[in-house]
Amino acid sequence: MDFVDGFATHYNYWIVIILMMTGFYLVIARPNMVKQLVGLSLFQGSMFILYISFAYVTGGSAPIIVEGEQSYANPLPHVLILTAIVVGISTTAVGLALVVRIHQAFGTIEEDEIHDLTRED
Amino acid sequence: MTDDVVLRVLAKQMIPFILLFALYVQFHGDYGPGGGFQAGVLFGAGFMLYGMVFGVTTLERLFPGGAFRIGIAAGVLLYSAVGIAGVLLSGNFLDYNVLAADPKAGQHMGIIVVEFGIGVTVAAVMIAAFYAFARPKA
Amino acid sequence: MSEILDYVLLLLLAATAIGIVRLRGLIAVVMLSGIYSLLVASLFIVLDAPDVALTEAAVGAGAATILMLGTVALTTREEKRARFRPVSFLVVVVTGLMLIYGTSSLPPFGAEDAPAQVHVGPRYLTEGYEQTGVPNIVTAVLASYRGFDTLGEVVVILSAGVGVLMLLAGRRRAQGEKGQ
Repeated sequence: MDFVDGFATHYNYWIVIILMMTGFYLVIARPNMVKQLVGLSLFQGSMFILYISFAYVTGGSAPIIVEGEQSYANPLPHVLILTAIVVGISTTAVGLALVVRIHQAFGTIEEDEIHDLTRED
Repeated sequence: MTDDVVLRVLAKQMIPFILLFALYVQFHGDYGPGGGFQAGVLFGAGFMLYGMVFGVTTLERLFPGGAFRIGIAAGVLLYSAVGIAGVLLSGNFLDYNVLAADPKAGQHMGIIVVEFGIGVTVAAVMIAAFYAFARPKA
Repeated sequence: MSEILDYVLLLLLAATAIGIVRLRGLIAVVMLSGIYSLLVASLFIVLDAPDVALTEAAVGAGAATILMLGTVALTTREEKRARFRPVSFLVVVVTGLMLIYGTSSLPPFGAEDAPAQVHVGPRYLTEGYEQTGVPNIVTAVLASYRGFDTLGEVVVILSAGVGVLMLLAGRRRAQGEKGQ
């Protein structure tokens, strides 16, 4: 793939992958649990951009039927992501609640410290 | 809770409009951008703003947490009820065509009721989660 | 015009993401993740998805930020160790390069004949209005064509809500039973 051609047509996908990998790095490399959840939501956000990029049509308009308009963005990915966003915040809320409970039980939210504490027991 | 005058005055002015906009998004969702998910979150955000500025205790005195626990289940039940209504009117589960004499009117009715159910559940979950995080000992 | 906005917003997103990795104060991290969501919402407007943008703005920049701030207030405000982990970094870079290689087989951005555009999407757009009488096709697909799927999503939200309440709000009774 020629790099210059690829830049114009695949720029969105490349940035999505950079964002996705940033989130992935936070999840696997950082011991702090709040930071891990932020990383998870970065990952989620990049996924949303990927789907909405698939739905986009150059010169199209939003999928609300208007007389005289011929070209619309694909509504199906919009529906999938719409529900995914709300489900995502609900599951993130469960994760955050778990972090609060972990802090009450161990007094820390650093993964390696919890590991040390449980090993001593 | 904050003593900042600017924040208190501005929040008081804005919250009615946030809630009104949420209702607009809820019931205008079939013609413009919007629907139950968006409206529920916006409605929840209005309550969260009130709680952040005027204190969760004040908010809880006005709207006890139990109300939202009922709301969480009520929305899902409303959604399922529309589905079962379709079965009782000799259609399939969640088939809106049989809800009214004209299939199109039935579709419209079904979509509005279902979206309202979604909105109730989403708003109730958002506010209940906000209460849980703001007053974890309650 | 929309292409330029697309480029600029994505660049800002990448900058925000790197900022999130580098910062250690958790309140700043949470605020940056709110900004990230707001940028994503602006991008959705540019990409003709107003419904999704509205949701992302209200969820990401509003509700999620408040819940995360609540968590930070209840736990700690500072990340203790932010060591650079070479092995993790290598894994991430290799995965990223493989994924970028994989994008070469994806259709060009905005193509009308992409596989995603030719299957069910056009049918919703041409027949959706006649069948449901609802001009906003996203609402029609969400509540009518994929009504069963959406019911499942709402049940997921219900379960998540119940989970949060059990974890955080039901504590006093649990401690009472232990006789404390």
